[in-house]
Amino acid sequence: MEIFIINLIGATLRVSTPILLAAIGETYAERAGILNLGIEGTMFFGAFIGFFVADKSGSLWLGFLIAVLSGVIFGLLMALLTVTLGVNQHVSGLGITMLCTGLSLFAFRLNYGGRSIPPSIESFQQLAPFKNIPWLNTLTEQYLFTYVAFLVIVPLAWWLLYRTSFGLKIRSVGENPEAADAAGVNVFAIRYAALAIGGGLMAAGGAFLSLAQLGAFTHGIIAGRGWVAIAIVIFGNWNPVRAMWGALIFGGASALQLRLQTMGLQLPIPYETFLALPYIVTIIALVLAGRNASYPAALLKPYRRE
Amino acid sequence: METSRLRLRFVKTDNPPVWVRPLIPVLALVVTFILTSALIFWANANPFETYYHFLIAPLTNKVSALEILVKATPLMLTGAAVTFAFAAGYYNIGAEGQLFAGAIAAAGLGVAMKEVPAFITLPTIIIAGFAAGMVWATIPALLKVKLQVDEVVTTLLLNSVMGFIVSALLNGPWRDPNSGWPQSPEIGASAIFFKLIPRSRLNLGFVIGLLVILVLWFVLTRTSFGLKMRAVGLGKPAARFAGIHVGRTTLIAALVSGGIAGIAGVAEVAGIQYHLIGDLSAGYGYTGIIIATLGSLNAVGVFIASLFFGLVDAGAQTVSRVLGVPVYLGEITQATMLLVALGFFLLQRYRLRRM
Repeated sequence: MEIFIINLIGATLRVSTPILLAAIGETYAERAGILNLGIEGTMFFGAFIGFFVADKSGSLWLGFLIAVLSGVIFGLLMALLTVTLGVNQHVSGLGITMLCTGLSLFAFRLNYGGRSIPPSIESFQQLAPFKNIPWLNTLTEQYLFTYVAFLVIVPLAWWLLYRTSFGLKIRSVGENPEAADAAGVNVFAIRYAALAIGGGLMAAGGAFLSLAQLGAFTHGIIAGRGWVAIAIVIFGNWNPVRAMWGALIFGGASALQLRLQTMGLQLPIPYETFLALPYIVTIIALVLAGRNASYPAALLKPYRRE
Repeated sequence: METSRLRLRFVKTDNPPVWVRPLIPVLALVVTFILTSALIFWANANPFETYYHFLIAPLTNKVSALEILVKATPLMLTGAAVTFAFAAGYYNIGAEGQLFAGAIAAAGLGVAMKEVPAFITLPTIIIAGFAAGMVWATIPALLKVKLQVDEVVTTLLLNSVMGFIVSALLNGPWRDPNSGWPQSPEIGASAIFFKLIPRSRLNLGFVIGLLVILVLWFVLTRTSFGLKMRAVGLGKPAARFAGIHVGRTTLIAALVSGGIAGIAGVAEVAGIQYHLIGDLSAGYGYTGIIIATLGSLNAVGVFIASLFFGLVDAGAQTVSRVLGVPVYLGEITQATMLLVALGFFLLQRYRLRRM
């Protein structure tokens, strides 16, 4: 039983990593007032381009770097549409998701054809800082990205948003852009920056899947993880630390589901229940918060200087 | 807007010249082609040849021309569904889930009503599909109207939940034991949409799509409810001030929107697949949002946009077959066109003036 639980926690950390990275990315965007529904596509493109570059160049790190860069570019594209042009945010986001999906699949088919077994690469190795203590090793044998996501990205995001003037600016353009503008904050630049950082993190989440966890690229690699991240951001009340708990709960539910399934356990309820639960919990959380849900007040509203 | 450069300046105008509007789709198309031709070069094909096969060739023979209408059918329905909601300012991102709700109803009743004659079965599954889509749309709609919970997020998340319901059905009680794939048993002959033209895939679903578009046009432009909807869509406080029951109007628009999306699911099950499968929809619910936007939330626009996207989908298959350019060129073209057109729609409100 102990082994089962330790295994489960280890798996939970792994499964949560890509969702956590994307959720933190989305937190930056939404805190600045932009709902980025391009998240699912940005993750997908990150997963593809990371894999593609790593495969062609032989360098996993180059692949990862280019993936993050691609995410920044799609974040900037989202900014061009929603910040500069003031286009409807959800339509732009869905358009970007469609574009990213199309581009990835196009390039993948062109380079790898329609083979049934997905091409794979030698993926990143896991770190094993406690090789000699078996139970601790099961828990801590993780990819570097998992360590970075939990120990650097989350605290950094919290510190940045709540303890720096840059973070204050991000939050102020998401709450009250008119007032921020009057106070001398460049609303457009801050929103561009938040979307760029956010896009980079989303793509990093996607690249984690193709370069570390799977070492391959498949059509179903993201499978709605971007939408999960959106749920987690809300569930976490737009706070990076709470988003981390949300990601862990989701990761735990899906790791448990996977384990029970592979054990061949007959459950009285379909295993999909575990997967649907985080979404339902998020909706319930929204209902409970109701009118008081602390949405960034300017979310979905384009800012015009007139 | 203060994009001044080269002594030129964008100035906002409220009355763009009339000739600008029809020009936008054309311009968007041209820009899209220029952007995507880079990908075509990458695929070692000639852009002009590709675009010939992409957009012209499907129109030149009967089989592929009919296929355009087949591909346009679900888009007409989801496009109409989304338009209905968006026009009333209710941002229903949930057409994908509502489509599957309708599909579940059709797949279930289609099997259960095997012994019932078609003239009863067909209307029943269509109405049931509408009702199922509506029921699924009720959750976020009530949350919005009664508790002010934002509908963009709830409708989006419910799509995923519906995906799991479909998966649970197909891996559990509804799984057809005679098939290697997770799919429900085939629906009875009486539930299958009859073909409009023999030896094609064009079926009753297309006619239903046309009727829905017609109803959409009528409601939006010729009824007082349509006027109320658009008033609510333009601004809730003003609509409320004018004595319009905002909550009720939003609720009805949201439910009808879900119902129409449900019919799209019925049309896919009864007209094309004859089973419930996980891949029933190629993201039609999401594409519906794009169709509604490109069609500027009016019925004629939605119809034209659906036909055009149908052409792109059919053309992408031709291009892939004839020239070996991956079929995903279609998706890229649709997305690029959306993003470019969105930009142009906004730019039409500005004029370039010399300073």
